[in-house]
Formats: sequence, C-alpha cells, structure tokens
Amino acid sequence: MTFRHHLPTRREALIGAGSLFAWSQMPRLARAEGRDPRMLVIVLRGALDGLGAIAPVGDPDWIGLRGDRALALDGKPPALPLDSFFALNPAMPNLHRLYKAQQATIVHATATPYRERSHFDGQDVLESGIARPGAVDTGWLNRALAELASDGRVDPRGSRVLGVGSVTPLVVRGRAPVLSWVPQKLLPANEDTQARLLDLYKHTDPKLAAALEARIRLAALGATGLSDAAMANGAALSAPGIAGVRAYFAEAAGTAGRFLAKPDGPRVGAVGFIGWDTHINEGAASGQLANLLGALDGALAAIETNMGDAWRETVVAIITEFGRTARINGTNGTDHGTGTVAFLAGGALRGGRVIADWPGLKQAQLYEERDLKPTTDLRAVLKGLLRDHLRVDERALASTVFPDSIGVAPLAGLVG
Amino acid sequence: MSRSAKAEAALALHRFGMGPRPGSIVAIEADPRGALIAELDRPAISELAAANLPSSAKAYRAVTDALAKRQAKAIVAKKEQDAKRQQMAEASAMMEGAAPGTGDMAAKMAAEAVPDPGRPIYLEEARIRTAAAFGAEIGFVERLVWFWSNHFCVSADKIRSMSGAYEREAIRPHVLGRFSDLLLAAEGHPAMLFYLDQTVSMGANSTAGINRTRGLNENLAREILELHTLGVRSGYTQEDVIGFANILTGWTLVPPGDNPEHGGEFTFNPRLHEPGAQKVLGKSYDDETVEQGRAVLRDLAANPATAAHVATKLARHFVADTPPPALVEKMSKAFLDTGGDLKQVARVMVSSDEAWTQPPAKLKRPGEWVVGMVRATGITQADPTRYTDGQVLLGEPLWRPPSPKGFPDDEASWIDGMGRRLDVANNFAERIAGRTDPQEVIETVFESQVSPEVKQAVGRAESRQQALVLLFMSAEFQRR
Repeated sequence: MTFRHHLPTRREALIGAGSLFAWSQMPRLARAEGRDPRMLVIVLRGALDGLGAIAPVGDPDWIGLRGDRALALDGKPPALPLDSFFALNPAMPNLHRLYKAQQATIVHATATPYRERSHFDGQDVLESGIARPGAVDTGWLNRALAELASDGRVDPRGSRVLGVGSVTPLVVRGRAPVLSWVPQKLLPANEDTQARLLDLYKHTDPKLAAALEARIRLAALGATGLSDAAMANGAALSAPGIAGVRAYFAEAAGTAGRFLAKPDGPRVGAVGFIGWDTHINEGAASGQLANLLGALDGALAAIETNMGDAWRETVVAIITEFGRTARINGTNGTDHGTGTVAFLAGGALRGGRVIADWPGLKQAQLYEERDLKPTTDLRAVLKGLLRDHLRVDERALASTVFPDSIGVAPLAGLVG
Repeated sequence: MSRSAKAEAALALHRFGMGPRPGSIVAIEADPRGALIAELDRPAISELAAANLPSSAKAYRAVTDALAKRQAKAIVAKKEQDAKRQQMAEASAMMEGAAPGTGDMAAKMAAEAVPDPGRPIYLEEARIRTAAAFGAEIGFVERLVWFWSNHFCVSADKIRSMSGAYEREAIRPHVLGRFSDLLLAAEGHPAMLFYLDQTVSMGANSTAGINRTRGLNENLAREILELHTLGVRSGYTQEDVIGFANILTGWTLVPPGDNPEHGGEFTFNPRLHEPGAQKVLGKSYDDETVEQGRAVLRDLAANPATAAHVATKLARHFVADTPPPALVEKMSKAFLDTGGDLKQVARVMVSSDEAWTQPPAKLKRPGEWVVGMVRATGITQADPTRYTDGQVLLGEPLWRPPSPKGFPDDEASWIDGMGRRLDVANNFAERIAGRTDPQEVIETVFESQVSPEVKQAVGRAESRQQALVLLFMSAEFQRR
C-alpha cells in the first residue's frame, strides 16, 4: 500500500546507521591512514536531453538545429559558459560554481553500448553494466564493491552500498549488502506524468481532464506564486508541483550525502530520479527541463553541504540511459535518442573540463541522422572512476564489473 | 450493447466487485452474472473471522478502563509532583535555576504512559476488513457490506473502539438477510446508540427524566426516518419524530464502568423510557417495552418509501449516479415482494439488463479504487496504517464519515480529489514498480480489456512506475 510506506524502511536504515555510528570515535585516525573515497551514482530515468543540459554554443550548426529553443549565451536566461564551445543550462548555478572550482567535469556525446530506444532496456544496460538488456539482476556498482571487499583496500565494514528510494536501484543490487533508505517526503507525481495523464484524459474523459487541470493550476500557483496574467495565458501549467520535486530531490540526495559522510558509513550509494522523458514542451531554458535540472542542481548543493569535509574525497556521477533527438519534435519536445551527457561532481575530481570528442551536428554527423552521435563509451568514464577513485582492479573492471569491455579502456585522469 | 465475454466479466468485477485480480476475468467470463449470484449464495460469505478481536462491548470496556486508569495515574502523579515542588520551593527559595516540572506536566506524562487500546483495535479491524476485500474472488458481498456499513454509518471519531466491531456485529450478518433484521441490529447496536446520542435520551415523564430534569434527544429517531428508512421528505412530520424518539427512550448501553462483564452491551432501561402509547405515521404503539421500538422499526422496514429509498441508493451506488428508473423499480418491487430480502434485491439488480447497459461512467470511491489497485497487483495484505492514512488523504477516512449521512456516492463529490489520487497512485507505483510489470498487469489481470489509448500511454511511459500510474489513474480504471 501506498502511504507512509517510508517509515519501516527508514527505521531499518536508522538501526543500521546506529550501529555504524558506534565507529565514530576515531574518524580522524581512519582518515589519516590514507584516502577514504566516496562515490554516489545518480541515475536520471527517462533519458536526459544532453543538448538541453550542456549546449554546444560554439558549434555553427547549433542554432540551426534547435532554433529559438537552443540554449545560447545571449538567451533568456543566458546559458552559463563552460569553455569556448560549451555552455551550461542556466538552471544549474551550483554545478557552474563547482565547475569553476575544478570540482565538476562534463562528459558529452557519451552513451552506454545500448543502441535501441526502449527506456526499460536502456536503464537495464545502464545499471547492470552489461550490454545485453535483461541479462542479470545485479548492478555494476555492487559488483565493483564486491571486488573491493575481497581486495581489502577499502575497509569491508565500510563497503556497504546505499540505495536511496523504495525500490533498490538495479545499479546497487547484488552480493554486497545494500542499506536502503527512503525519503519521508511524498514524491509528487512529476510534471511529465501529469502531462501524460492529462493527455490521456483529454482523449478519453474530459471531466477527469478538467479536474486534473484544475489541480495542476492550483499546484503551480502554490509552488511558484505566478501572477494572474501568467495563469491566464497558461504559463502556470509548465510548473506544477516543482517545489515538491525540488524538495524530494534535495532530501533524497542530501540524505545519501549525510550517510556517505559518516566515518564508517557506506562509501558508495545510488539514487534514482525520474521525470526526464521530455517528449512534449521540453522547456530547456525555462520550462520542464529547466525545472528538473534546477532540482538536480539543488540536490548537488544538498550533497555538498551534507558531506562536509568528506566532499573532498567524493565523486558524484550523474548518468542517464540515453539521450534524445538532436532536433525538436512536433510538440516542442524531443524523442528518444542516443548520445547524451554525464555530469561528474565532487571534491575528488580534477574538474573544470568538458570531455568530448565532438561528433558535430550536421545531418550526416548525427547518429542515424537524428541523434547526437556517441563518441565516448560511458563505461570508459565509469571504469576510470572505479579504477582511480575507488581502486577497483582493472582486470575485474573488464571482466566482472563491465563484462566484455576489455576494448573500452578506463578514462584516465578524472580524479586526483 | 454488445460486449465480449471478457469485457462483461471485467465490468462485473469493477461495477459489482472489488476489481479484477490475476485470473479473475477468466474465472467468471463464462457467466459473469451467474458468478455474482453464486457469490451471494455462498454460506457465511459476509462474515469475517476475527477471533483475535474483541467484541464491541469488550473493546469499549478496554478503552474506558484505560481512560479511568489514565485519570487515576494523572491524579497521583500531580499530587506527588506538586508536593515535591512545594518542598523544593521551601528548601531553596534563594536558589536560581530551573524549577521542577509542574504537576500538570507530570500528570500528562503519567497518563500517556498508559497505552490506549483503541488505536490498535481500530487498525486490526481495518486490517481484516481490507484483507477480506483483497482476498475476495469477486467481492460483490464485500461491496454490499461496505454499502450497508455506510448506509448505517457510525463514526470512529465518536466511538473508535466499536467502529470495526459494529460492522462485524450489526452489518455483516444481515447484508444478505432481511432488511428489518439489519435495521434492528444497526439501530440497537451500542455504537449507533452512542453515535446518535440515544444513550443520553430519556422520556420527559420517565422516572429518570423527572428525577434528573433531562429529556428527549431526537437525533437517532430523526436519522432513522430520514436516512436509514423512509428517506428525507417522504411525508413524516416532526410529530412522528417526537413520537418515535419517545419510543426509543430507554435504548441504551450498560455503563462500562459498573459492569466488567456486560458493560458496553445493549440494554433497555425502563427508567428512561417515556411511558404511554406513542404515535408514529398515524399508528399507535402501545407496548411500553423494548418491543415498542422494534415494532416501529419493523413497520418502517416494510414501508414502500423505505423500499424505494433503499433501491435507489443501492442502484446509485452500484450502477449510476442517476440510476435507470426501471432498475430502481424492479429492485424496489423485489424488496416489497420478498419482505425486504436483501439477497433477492441484490440478485434482481445483477440480473437486470439495466444494470449492465449503463455506460461505465460511475466514479469509484477512493476505498474501492485503492483496493482495486492493490488487487490488480496481486497483493493480498496491506499495512493498515498505510491504508487508513491513505484513506484520510483521499477524503474517505475509514469509518469516519463527515455526517450520519455517510460518504456521498456521486461523481461531483469525489472528482476534485483526482490530484490526491494521483499522489497516492504515484507513491503506490513507486513501491511496487520493482516487482510489477505494467504490461503483465494489462495482460493477466485485465485480460487486455483496456483501451488502445491506455495501452499506448502505458507502452510509451518512461518508467514502470509511470506506466502503473497511468494505468491506475486511467478513466477506465477509475470509472465503472
């Protein structure tokens, strides 16, 4: 059943936290023995539009591709410059600050080996680490941890994985024990779900459509305090319940950060955020996607704050199953695509860079003439982090963690 | 209207049952109407195993005992603390710093240390009730129980300890029996007497009334006429209400504090009873015992206005906000012809074509919708705290109707709650998405009796969670 379902799990988690707390007598000592890396993986389910998040403003074909929906340095609001070629979505000032402080790295035109366009299968490949969907019920992050425990380099007591959410994300499922924690906040149905339901009602049940529309307007009013004029022209519909989404993201991610910061708490965790499937009215600059990216930016800030000193030894990897079409579709959104971005943030990074082997945006340069072509295997990025940050054995990375990835060399120099 | 066998079976489950479970459409598709009638004929189908639960009287005694204990503890604690404060104040008049807590605080703490058995009883009652709804093959009889429980509602806000037991004791045994028996059981139940203030009513000329200069309370008598039997504006007068209220004086319960064995049970107390003959609807009732009231109730049960009222309400609940007059007519006639045999009335309803040809436009009430959602996922047990909290959120708190009229049964009352339903569906879907495949639900639970629009929306969803939300929020899952 639905309600207050978080409590039992939370209680369990807190029991776990209590036992971990017993080790807090000597955190400094443990730290003095060497590095004590932390890693948090955030899975964005629904497929993030990488081009809507990090825009190639220096690419001459960019404006032609997205027209007045293209993020631009002179846009409204203006995109945040990262280098001479790329600019960040203006909804992410925290990520921009971290980037400037060399604590954030962007990987662009990246993808898993999955080349179809099904969300479920794409998420399966992303989280399992196996190129074929539906093959296993364990995640690459958990398998990496299992390798670590046997390797003995990270205290096995601290190598427990943390899953945040009422369903343990696949990426952390597996042999290594998983501690789970569920935010107490009710996650409001996101904008995309509301929009889809509204669409379904409009085709099947006008009365239910009217009732839902009323609620969406009410939520928008409560959340953003938009003016009557904005309400009248329907602008309010673009922001229902976003305050609730922001609060949920911040609590889920912030709490993960708090757990990971504990001296003998879990070192590795995962959180999943839904809502990125922006088929209709994507609103990269000031709509749906901007709202979600803003919530994600707030989540990063919550992690950084809650981790305190441990932030210096942390990497947060934000990944998604695939990207979206390079062009805007007929409903001011984007459809399922291929290449996208991965955000890396954390004090342990050698950041302040956009890593991209830029494929270009001309028709012939697009994957299947529609998607941003992936030029960096996401597994290379993840393998680089696991090897250099957590010190997972490189052979294990190519065999058990990401099977059949021997040809995909770990990306060096991400941390340190 | 021609409908496939599967569609007819799905409609039977949604409209008259608790919604499809895995396999249930196939199980009844050969003869959906027959399957509904067969459920009515199953022996003791409306009863509930509740060996671990106290009777209403016992629950009431437990709660009043705990309350008395709380008071006693509070008094002792307050005395002790006040004495301590006095001592300290005398000994250290010069000293500064925090004064010890007040006696009132100590009293409150002492009282709270005595657990209140009311909530666990309420939750356990809720648990077995929802389990019955989840576990029913079709759930037609459980729906009838819910209907009658709401028709003869009491409120847990006033009498929580008894609210669940009331349904088991007064409603369940009679939902497939005679209306007059149901009426007598409900109106004579201590929970109802307490809820509608009958326990404090006394005849102005009764022994107790004269001695204590208190008198009549018309509440129960009026609601019986207005809500439970004849219906509002059906011709009764204020004189009828007063006559009936006089007749009901003496219907009360054994004070729980005085009687550890029978406290909280129904009793007729002649000292409260208004002496003499009374008139209701033109008929004089002379018997001055409990039988006087029972005779009125039996006459009300047999009144054609009651038949019409009950038939209309039943048809409105199950079939349509504005039920087809022909259907109401048939059910009303069955009621009168059979002497208020409720099983026959239910049978006539599901045997009438009018009950099936209405488009599925009726909005499910929140409880029905939630149970349907849970059944569709094959879950058979639910945490009663979650369920009852959810019902609060959805505006239909279990056994806590806003008035003696019960929860409303029309679309206008519930449609604005869609936003809340969406939140509830979203959180339910989040919890089950890891182990529930929406496509499989469509195929094995709904036997693909789902519109192309919904199939498409589910198929294109960005996640299983979203797919499940769209499925459970779809018009065809919410309407029946």
